[in-house]
Amino acid sequence: MGNEDEASRNEVKATREASEWLLRLYVAGQTRNSVKAFGNLKRICEEHLEGKHRIELIDLLENPQLAKEHQILAIPTLVRKLPPPVKKIIGDLSKPERVLAGLDLLRTCNGFRKDDDEEEENRTERHCGGL
Amino acid sequence: MTTTQANRIQLALPKCPTGIQGLDEITHGGLPKGRPTLVCGSAGSGKTLLAMEFLVRGAQQYKESGVFVSFEESEKELMDNVISLGWDLKDLIDQKKLLIDQIYIEPSEIKETGEYDLEGLFVRLGHAIQSLNAKRVALDTLEALFGGFTNELIMRTELRRLFRWLKDKEVTAVITGEPGDGNLTRYGIEEYVSDCVIVVDHRVKEQIGTRRLRVVKYRGSTHGTNEYPFLIGEQGLSVLPITSLGLEYKVTTERVSTGISRLDTMLGGQGYYRGSSILASGTPGTGKSTLATSFVHAACQRGERCLYFALEEAKTQLIRNMRSIGIDLEPWVKSGLLRFHAERATSSGLEMYLITIRTLLDEFKPQIVVFDPMSNLISVGTGEEIKSVLARVIDYLKIKGITALFTNLTHAGGPLETTETAVSSLMDTWILLRDIESGGERNRGIYILKSRGMAHSNQIREFLLTDKGVDLLDVYLGPREVLTGTARATRVAEEKADRLRRQQEIERRQHELERKRAAMEAQVAALRAEFEAEEEEVEKILAEAKMREEVLEENQKRMGDMRKTDE
Repeated sequence: MGNEDEASRNEVKATREASEWLLRLYVAGQTRNSVKAFGNLKRICEEHLEGKHRIELIDLLENPQLAKEHQILAIPTLVRKLPPPVKKIIGDLSKPERVLAGLDLLRTCNGFRKDDDEEEENRTERHCGGL
Repeated sequence: MTTTQANRIQLALPKCPTGIQGLDEITHGGLPKGRPTLVCGSAGSGKTLLAMEFLVRGAQQYKESGVFVSFEESEKELMDNVISLGWDLKDLIDQKKLLIDQIYIEPSEIKETGEYDLEGLFVRLGHAIQSLNAKRVALDTLEALFGGFTNELIMRTELRRLFRWLKDKEVTAVITGEPGDGNLTRYGIEEYVSDCVIVVDHRVKEQIGTRRLRVVKYRGSTHGTNEYPFLIGEQGLSVLPITSLGLEYKVTTERVSTGISRLDTMLGGQGYYRGSSILASGTPGTGKSTLATSFVHAACQRGERCLYFALEEAKTQLIRNMRSIGIDLEPWVKSGLLRFHAERATSSGLEMYLITIRTLLDEFKPQIVVFDPMSNLISVGTGEEIKSVLARVIDYLKIKGITALFTNLTHAGGPLETTETAVSSLMDTWILLRDIESGGERNRGIYILKSRGMAHSNQIREFLLTDKGVDLLDVYLGPREVLTGTARATRVAEEKADRLRRQQEIERRQHELERKRAAMEAQVAALRAEFEAEEEEVEKILAEAKMREEVLEENQKRMGDMRKTDE
């Protein structure tokens, strides 16, 4: 466990120090989730990656062949092209901690799983309330 | 539009033929056209193959191109898997009749945060369908797709959306899925949103695996509801409907020779009916295979095609053995008139064997078929299974007008008729071969137990194997027994001696009579001679007397003249 923790810490450190960030957000038209995701992404980047990031917005409705080429299923999908390795995050990016963890900007810890479950519950409630 | 009109349209639901052997029969025409069909089954049940065959047949036979979306196997893996079935996917892909899209999902690589949907999949699928103008789609398997995402609520919503979306696209889709706990499917909604649900499974009973298929639901159409065995054979999937065949087939009065002239005589003088089923049963070594090969030999001589299912003997062994009784099958094999299929039914299971039979029949198109021995099939399944399988085989043979001879090995000691009770009612002619033990030896006997629709002999004949083939002999019918073999020969010799003795006796008596006649005739001649001698003497005396009278009269006259008598 100790080694893994250290490895994870090193990875996060390396990623944080990367000088060039290329992020691709795949959407399919202007859906609610996509608009939300784009907004969330912009906010996170401005906060954590100021000045060294680039966001490419790809609309699959305009380039449907890219769905196959880039192996995209869920919409919206955020792909970290740079720095390597490639990372994929799906959803409207409404939880900044999870996005940061997914981008290796935040070290995952044991407590994270619990937050995740809570988040799941909250969302379910929200969803049902919406109906 | 009135309600009845709407109903009628519903009834005439357009169907999309799958091209899979037997499946179109039980679904009465195929899958619902333009709608999604769910195929569920656990790993190794053949669902991927069913989905693939649906697309391949569509492209090859129905000019409908298809998109295969694989969430598990790669394009190359899929190609390799079906190459043994003779399907060249690469060729179909090159001709733009098929598109394989592997969607690679690695759950650990994907992090989820917040709301999302699977629009990417729809875009991708839509693009693939459009690029080929595809009419058929296969998705394999749902579990692999949805296993990649953790939010079940979204998955359920997207699943519904997927089925609706496929319907909107008007493609006939086959979606495969795995069964859940106590449910047909894992999410429990797939079967409700699909218009047709087919369940496939692979069961092992008494070490013999059988694949089965069942149409659980089919909206707006009737369908066979039974579980149908199916097989993955050399040409893909085949489903065998148990009850789909009716009893309506053309019958003929044409006859075929049995290959044994005296047996023909016993069967109303002309042999079997063409297209009938013949059962020849007997204990070991009674000459069943010989009877079968004689039939085949004669058929080949007439130029008919014969298919010989050898279930217990190897082809070469059979040919060698038959040569010893003067039946040479080798030339027929060489000329292609005769084909052997030597395989034990136990090696593949009853249903698999059934498909083999059907495939071979379709391929070789024989006029005569022999199953030697059928009892090998019986050892594989239970009574009811055998009957259902055999009924299907026989129905199929009858529809095709093929004359079939089944040999059946019965156990020595037991009553001959018992084992076949389950199947004998399916047979038109039943020949019993039995051995007759007497006088310290065993001989073969043959008789006809039944033969539908023809006058047949009720006699037992001795079945003799000579180096010039089969011969039937009259058995000796004594007052209380039937004699065969040397006993018959002895009896015949005895009879011959008797006859000779009687003959000599007659001759002797004839001689005696002759002699007597000669004696009598000699006596008659002697008497006659005596009589004639006497007669002669009498006549002489008479003549003398007459002469004396005349002389006397003359003298008196002369004396009267001399005395000058007046008269």
